[in-house]
Amino acid sequence: MIDLVDVTKTYGTDKPALSHASLHIDKGEFVFVVGSSGSGKSTLIKLLLKELDATSGSITVSGERLGGMKHKRIPKYRRKLGVVFQDFRLLKDRNVYENVAFAQRVIGSPSRVLKKRVPEVLKEVGLSDKYHSMPDELSGGEQQRVALARALVNRPDILLADEPTGNLDPQTSDEIMALIDTFNARGTTVLVVTHNKEIVNAMRKRVVTMKDGLIVSDEKEGIYHEA
Amino acid sequence: MRPSTIWYILKQGFKNIKRNWMFSVASVLTMAACIFLFSIFYSITTNVNYITRQAEEKVPVTVFFDEGLPEERILEISDIIRQRPEVENIVYESGDEAWEKFKETYFGDDSAAADGFRDDNPLVNSSNLQISLNNLEQQSELVSYIEGIEGVRSINQSEQAAETLESVSNVVYYVSLVIIIILLLISVFLISNTVSVGITVRSEEIGIMKYIGATDSFVRAPFVLEGIILGTIGALIPLGAFYFIYHEVAGFILRTYNVLSLSIDFISAPVIYRTLLPIGVALGLGVGLIGSFVTIRKHLRV
Ligand SMILES: Nc1ncnc2c1ncn2[C@@H]1O[C@H](COP(=O)(O)OP(=O)(O)OP(=O)(O)O)[C@@H](O)[C@H]1O
Ligand SMILES: [Mg+2]
Repeated sequence: MIDLVDVTKTYGTDKPALSHASLHIDKGEFVFVVGSSGSGKSTLIKLLLKELDATSGSITVSGERLGGMKHKRIPKYRRKLGVVFQDFRLLKDRNVYENVAFAQRVIGSPSRVLKKRVPEVLKEVGLSDKYHSMPDELSGGEQQRVALARALVNRPDILLADEPTGNLDPQTSDEIMALIDTFNARGTTVLVVTHNKEIVNAMRKRVVTMKDGLIVSDEKEGIYHEA
Repeated sequence: MRPSTIWYILKQGFKNIKRNWMFSVASVLTMAACIFLFSIFYSITTNVNYITRQAEEKVPVTVFFDEGLPEERILEISDIIRQRPEVENIVYESGDEAWEKFKETYFGDDSAAADGFRDDNPLVNSSNLQISLNNLEQQSELVSYIEGIEGVRSINQSEQAAETLESVSNVVYYVSLVIIIILLLISVFLISNTVSVGITVRSEEIGIMKYIGATDSFVRAPFVLEGIILGTIGALIPLGAFYFIYHEVAGFILRTYNVLSLSIDFISAPVIYRTLLPIGVALGLGVGLIGSFVTIRKHLRV
């Protein structure tokens, strides 16, 4: 599903943010990416989102080679991905329903599909009774649920999460991670960047550890290493 | 594109305008001033051209004769000139007729005043031939031919009048062109600013749209639409207002001049709007489009 071969990313002339990284993730896997601040985790996510281009090496996601991908193709490619961030990134002037519906409107889904799919995914994240709430009126956990619903409403192959629990208390973090796990159980390939040691150690998923742009360990049912 | 998508983009476009209404109003007003001035100058220049052409077509060449030249001789000359291929029509006006017409024009019903001249027609030597041509370009050729005829005192050419009118028209044309271009540039600038404020306000939303997989055109469409709407409204308002103003002003001038009995005529508002409306709307639309494109190219990296 995700294939990185000898990928290096250098910003300007600095030392590489990602250096000769090779990583293979199969369809349906759940992978944690951990590592100290500045180790290149977000850079990896941005490369996968085709927000950045690799300086060298090749990246293939869901059968598409990102190097040399035509600009016009990028939106179509991104529709195969769902993404959530630490800061939720909801539209503050729109209610819960509209925030999720937005993702369907953006890709031009017919309203018939939208009317069925938005309530469905809101139910899956446990927000069936919050359609009309504005983001400001929600707790952090609820906001991240909305963000998850928005990421998943278009049924992506892959869910990318950059520190999804970074702004949440431990209990809410557990709930969000459990939710992500259920989506993974239904077939979505998941890549979660996190600093949350407790969760990583509790969930016993595959753990990729990064340090200074290098992948220093990659363990099945791994634990959090202080790199 | 699906109707729901078009609808969504439309709503976003209007939302941009509303959210940002002060800039929007400023753009529309500048655009309106620009199109209004354009309308004024456009109607002046087209009317000047129209009147010039009318004057030329009516009586381009008038021939006057030596004092005391007998009417028979004038009619003979008339017959000779009529043979010329350039001539479309030739009309003889005797000194008495010229006097009658003059009296009518300048004294009107006050015949008592004119009676002072009875039996002493001051225009007795104003017998003339009024010649219209098939083709105005042959005018100078005909004039030099007529000049060679014995008994011809002078020739009045409408060309001179036409030239004056044309040079006035040219000045109006160039001055207005410069002013309009400056105003158009200001409009482009203001619309582009308005759109860029919208883009800045919505930069977060745009970022999210891109993650979700919105195409470039979907991201851009509301902003392009914003420019088009601003430009078009900015064109329609002055065009609507000017329609009535034009009608009133043309009517006023005609009434004033009719008192002097100068035969001039204006292009009617509906006729001038057959060209002015599409040009004005196209200008507004074009400026809106250019304004938003300039900004989108600069600020909307997708
Ligand atoms: N746009 C950029 N321009 C220049 N350097 C950058 C840019 N983005 C990141 N870097 C550098 O690249 C390196 C990796 O950054 P990255 O954001 O991938 O780290 P990270 O692992 O996500 O860190 P954190 O855990 O703090 O989010 C850092 O040294 C950072 O300073
Ligand atoms: Mg990061």
